[in-house]
Amino acid sequence: MRVSPSLIGLAFAAGLTAAPALATEPQKAEVIHWWTSGGEAAAVKVFADAYDKSGGQWVDSAIAGGGGEAARTAGINRIVGGNPPSMMQFNTGKQLDELVNNGYLANLDDAAAAGHWKDILPKPIMEASIRDGHWYALPINIHGSNWVFYNAKVFTDAGVPEPKTWGDLVAAGPKLKAKGVIPFAHGGQAWQDHLLFDAVLAGEGGSDLYLGVYGKDPQTAIASPAFKRVAEVFKQLGGLMDQGMPGRNWNDATAMVITGKAGFQVMGDWAKGEFLSAGQTAGKEYACAILGADGGYVMGGDVFVFPKMKDAGGTAAQAKLEQLMLDPAVQIAFNNKKGSVPARTDLDVSSMDACAQKGVALLKDPKHQLPGASYLISPDENGALNDVITQYLNTPSETPDDFVAKFAAAVKASQ
Amino acid sequence: MSQPVGASARTQAAARWRRQAPAALALLPAAVIVVAIYIGAMIWTVRLAFSSSKMLPVFDFVGMQQFERLFATERFVASGWHILLFGVLFIAGALVLGFLLAVFIDQHVRLEGVFRTIFLYPYAMSFIVTGLAWQWFLHPELGLQKAVRDWGFTSFTFDWIVQPNLVMYTLVIAAIWQASGLVMAILLAGLRGVDAELWKAARIDAIPPWRVYLSIILPMLTPMLVTAAVLLAVAVAKLYDLVIAMTKGGPGISSEVPAKFIMDNFFERSNVGLGSAAAVVLLVTVVAIVAPWIYAEHLRPKRSGR
Repeated sequence: MRVSPSLIGLAFAAGLTAAPALATEPQKAEVIHWWTSGGEAAAVKVFADAYDKSGGQWVDSAIAGGGGEAARTAGINRIVGGNPPSMMQFNTGKQLDELVNNGYLANLDDAAAAGHWKDILPKPIMEASIRDGHWYALPINIHGSNWVFYNAKVFTDAGVPEPKTWGDLVAAGPKLKAKGVIPFAHGGQAWQDHLLFDAVLAGEGGSDLYLGVYGKDPQTAIASPAFKRVAEVFKQLGGLMDQGMPGRNWNDATAMVITGKAGFQVMGDWAKGEFLSAGQTAGKEYACAILGADGGYVMGGDVFVFPKMKDAGGTAAQAKLEQLMLDPAVQIAFNNKKGSVPARTDLDVSSMDACAQKGVALLKDPKHQLPGASYLISPDENGALNDVITQYLNTPSETPDDFVAKFAAAVKASQ
Repeated sequence: MSQPVGASARTQAAARWRRQAPAALALLPAAVIVVAIYIGAMIWTVRLAFSSSKMLPVFDFVGMQQFERLFATERFVASGWHILLFGVLFIAGALVLGFLLAVFIDQHVRLEGVFRTIFLYPYAMSFIVTGLAWQWFLHPELGLQKAVRDWGFTSFTFDWIVQPNLVMYTLVIAAIWQASGLVMAILLAGLRGVDAELWKAARIDAIPPWRVYLSIILPMLTPMLVTAAVLLAVAVAKLYDLVIAMTKGGPGISSEVPAKFIMDNFFERSNVGLGSAAAVVLLVTVVAIVAPWIYAEHLRPKRSGR
């Protein structure tokens, strides 16, 4: 995380002027996040309302920018400049390491002990929130990024049964084509190609292969026949995509499934928001599936961190927030709007949609919990693999063997 | 200036200094910025290209390691070929089309002002807007292909933008569309500077107009052509936003360009070392192309009579 000196200066100046105003309202809590789209804003309002109801005053500092770079940069500058927000959003994973190492974040051990976080959170999420045995991040949700969403009516009309494996989907292709439907609505951007590849890797290759490829000894896993098989299935799926695929946005692809122009899409659970705003219900107009015998659920998610505050009022507000976020009712309401599933796996989720219930059921078994690639590999390696994967998908002449060799070389070069 | 000649050397120098001091003072900030920021950043980047920097700059020394990785990276090598193809076609295409437009307007057509504005208009738009508009226009399922098919010509195909081996040509088309208006404006200024007597003389000698343009006017326009070519070449080296708006480097990596490789590695992939190495390669290439020209224009000993 690079922080330019001039921005620190600006942040510091802002801190000097803003500090007295903050001190007068003891229970005020300022929160920096990047949830600005319709569904996301509705989700964060759940937190805000809950906090306001408990006697505080939620000050919303939403900073737009899809990936959250802008919000993170602004928040980090303010933390380093001495005027931290009460709470700020990060993605689960390695983003907050540098703040922890420099002692900017409050440790959450007390709240964690009181709330028994160790018992209610899945292990990979827990490990991503703990540094040197202390809690520094509060996980609030789990996104799954290897979902297959399909149009139920289109599948029924074409006589395609509910898919269980990636092979089922490949076999469904000709039947859907015969009905004049584009089988696979895919957005041909490198990150989406990578997301699809990881989904096939987890489902067709299995959890062990997935953890091997993104683990300590990747070359053995990459050289295995199972990995080549994944490459073959991935290429076959490419044959089910339409001509307009390159460059398409993910939500445009979702729209194709919603309207029945296409059969299915592979995307993270945030795509549910699109179905929802089109008035469709999971299990009725559309359905969702995690494919493969292992049922590996590729996880991502969001956390909140709590910068160290100087005044007691700020710390009190933080303590209140810390115990509020994982409250069962708040968790259900928030995740219903956000499309993710609760970070804690011990909740009654019968009020959530069919896909979320499937996800929670899977996550109950630690065997199914697969950390997303970005937890396991560096951004450098992640990017190098994006290039290799997207080229393979878009180059008809590239064989699985070529791809395996390039994949192995890219992993080696970026380590 | 009626001073005696003997005492004049020093006072003349002083007078010249007094005249130039304000100008020098005014230029000082610019000079400082150029030296400290441009040259400084350049040295900084070269230094980082020889380090193992990932997210944050570190100042170790790893030799040519980043460059070895760079040239083993298919995407970077492909980017180099793409920019070469783009550069040659784009500069040639924009110069030819710009010249033809200028000649067209030079015929004193009616509504000249309207045409001039229309031709120059694309240049007033950012590459992002140009790129988005062309992307929609070329998209096989939204744009031209779909429209023509809907009119009944169902076998009509124009899908270059999704064909890996043709996508670069769509970028060339969009860029020429945008830049040829600028070339036209520059060359038109040159054409208007041509002496009317020359045309009369050519008419008396019964030389066809195309021949006059090609053999007489065009050589006279050389300085304008060089200016236009340099401006276009700069656009080639920094080609980035058009790619982002039109293709995002796809399909696959078939429209990737060096500037995008550098940006991705710096800001998305936390790979400052590799990004710096790519920037250095780009800089060296540009210098290698521009240096002979600078030498010829400015540094070569001037022949007498010029």
